[in-house]
Amino acid sequence: MQFLDTAKPSRFMKFSLVIFTMLMLGLGLPSGSAQADSVGEELPFGVSGNVKVDGQGVEGVKLSVSGPGYSANVETDANGQWFVGVPERTNYSVTLDESTLPEGIAVLDGEPVREVEIGVGGRSVMNFFIGEGERNTVSFGDQLVARLIYGINFGLMLGLAAVGLSLVFGTTGLSNFAHGEMVTFGAVAALLFGVILEVPIWAAIPLAVALSAGFGWAMDAGLWRPLRKRGIGIVQLMIVSIGLSLTVRYVIQFFIGGDTQQLPGFDSPKINLFGAVALSATDLISMGISIAVILAFAYWLLRTQTGKATRAISDNPDLAEASGIDVDKVVRIVWILASAMAGLAGVLWAYFRPGIKWDMGTQILLLIFAAVTLGGLGTAFGAFLGALIVGILVETSSLFIPADLKYVGALVVLIVVLLVRPQGLLGRKQRIG
Amino acid sequence: MDWGIILNNTLAAILTPTTLAFALAALGLAMHFGFAGLLNFGIAGFMAIGAYSYAISVLTFGFPWWLAMLMGIVGSILFAILLGIPTLRLRGDYLAIATIAAAEIARLLFLTTSFTDVTGSADGLFGYNNAGGFNDANPFPPGSYGFGPWTYNRETLWVVLFGLVVLALCVWLLWALMRSPWGRVIKGIREDEDAIRALGKNVFAYKMQALIIGGVFGGLGGIVYAAFANVSPGVYVTSLTFFIWTALLLGGAATVFGPVIGSIIFWVLQAFLSNVLPALATAGILPISSTQASTLRFVLVGLGLMLLVIFRPQGIFGDKRELTFVK
Repeated sequence: MQFLDTAKPSRFMKFSLVIFTMLMLGLGLPSGSAQADSVGEELPFGVSGNVKVDGQGVEGVKLSVSGPGYSANVETDANGQWFVGVPERTNYSVTLDESTLPEGIAVLDGEPVREVEIGVGGRSVMNFFIGEGERNTVSFGDQLVARLIYGINFGLMLGLAAVGLSLVFGTTGLSNFAHGEMVTFGAVAALLFGVILEVPIWAAIPLAVALSAGFGWAMDAGLWRPLRKRGIGIVQLMIVSIGLSLTVRYVIQFFIGGDTQQLPGFDSPKINLFGAVALSATDLISMGISIAVILAFAYWLLRTQTGKATRAISDNPDLAEASGIDVDKVVRIVWILASAMAGLAGVLWAYFRPGIKWDMGTQILLLIFAAVTLGGLGTAFGAFLGALIVGILVETSSLFIPADLKYVGALVVLIVVLLVRPQGLLGRKQRIG
Repeated sequence: MDWGIILNNTLAAILTPTTLAFALAALGLAMHFGFAGLLNFGIAGFMAIGAYSYAISVLTFGFPWWLAMLMGIVGSILFAILLGIPTLRLRGDYLAIATIAAAEIARLLFLTTSFTDVTGSADGLFGYNNAGGFNDANPFPPGSYGFGPWTYNRETLWVVLFGLVVLALCVWLLWALMRSPWGRVIKGIREDEDAIRALGKNVFAYKMQALIIGGVFGGLGGIVYAAFANVSPGVYVTSLTFFIWTALLLGGAATVFGPVIGSIIFWVLQAFLSNVLPALATAGILPISSTQASTLRFVLVGLGLMLLVIFRPQGIFGDKRELTFVK
């Protein structure tokens, strides 16, 4: 280091040590090898890898793998190998604890955290090669474009759920906390038809949406309409919806258990479209369906008589009733539509995550609320716009902040919107009361 | 099926650190919702802030336990102020969504691997009760105390005693506040905000004070729970908030003792169901697996909450005239 004249000798030392990361090697190394120090081998999926300096495995390096509701720590064995079993087929972040690397060795770019997606085979490889070589990365611009497209996909799916929540709020004044369970219900219905009853998936999804519509009708006829007749206040109704949310959520857990289950075709291969953008056929179909349904919904809301009546009730329920609109009938249709769209969103969310779990709807409930609030409570198109923004924000924010904080961005936006423009983007001031 | 054990476990739930922590949090909600009419759905966030502030103050900053617990209170106050500034001017349901979001933000920040050094990430924090000297401050010599279902070891007895003292102080404070002129203004805000504003009161300031006091109760609930069990981010989920709401509404939202009694009833029922349902399943009386049997009690919590709000919104001890669901 005698040739060093800057104030940062340690930086220079790192210069010879370059991280070479290989993300998602399709075939992978012999991951479950006997020598690898392994954790959670009984779990269905797994991440494994090597930590090497100049081709030599490094022993005793600590790594942690974390994802939604799960985390595990592991230490490399004498060959630098490690394995961590994970419960779900989703994204996990792998963190290399730099302080456990040998003296003088560090991660050059200060990013010892990598995201890994559990691949088709249920096993993924995440190698930290610490030694000479070239870094293999995707340029920032390409990543941004890819994230934007994933964000639009996620946002469209959120939009399907958000529009329904917003319509229900507009016509009945209810902030429905059970909307997340309506999302889960759709996915579970698809599981029932597509996997348990083995109906072909192209028929199972419409059946699931139809069953969701029926669920919406049943909720309105069995619970919400009688409560409206009793004249129960909206705060009370909101807490009833929380009780309903708990009930439905745990009834679903009662039947499908705590595990994640998959729909057929969830692992359709990704097609490289351009740059870093790789979408599967399922993703493309999902986006197509979302757009078609939203357009059909917009036509219904703007052009049909029931759609006009819905907007009239959202504006002023008493005036709407006085001008001869059958409010009960319209509200019933709104519940059926909201539930059907939430159910469809659930099916798409099951492909996007991927996986069906009893609390999957609850996981995005607050994002749906964020979308609805951002767009303006009670406005259907505002909710859709808000959902797109939230979806894009959630996906692109993981470029700047740790992946496990990506929902935080959307929730902060929710609170900031309430601070500066409580009526939302498309809402009107009078609604904030 | 051993009814003796089931009965014993059920009765034991009357006085446990968990029940005490629940009662404190429910008391905070009573201040927020029952008396001030603030729809706070972020009480789990207040508990998390209290528990983490206590644990982090000990483990990261090396504070003694009493100072660390004071930091837990300070943390709850700061969280209340931070939350109140943007949201207290909003209508009820907006406040509900904002508070539930804030509690989730807090939980996700505690859960992220970015701050593992301080928060312990998904593993949570432990060992602070020894490091901070809370366990050393235990005045009881080793041994077994109490009788029947209420038999505690030295450590649990100390937490129970500590929790009881804190709870008694908070109940007294709430009772005293609610019969003071301040309390009458707070109840007035709940009934008609504009009328109170017309009397020249600063409604925002009163609401903020109520949010802070209730938030401190919630934070103390988190601290008492942390004194008993490890601090883990998996505890402070939105379901916890909903369970505390259920406990509050059971007892009666606009009462001082209701939240305490409600928490006891909630945990006694939980203990009973979590013992009796799997036992019925194992004995073959219920045709379900024992995992399903333990899920069933949460279904019953949800159903109970719905029926309670529909048919007896004032709770068991509440007065129908002091119904807080006015809007």
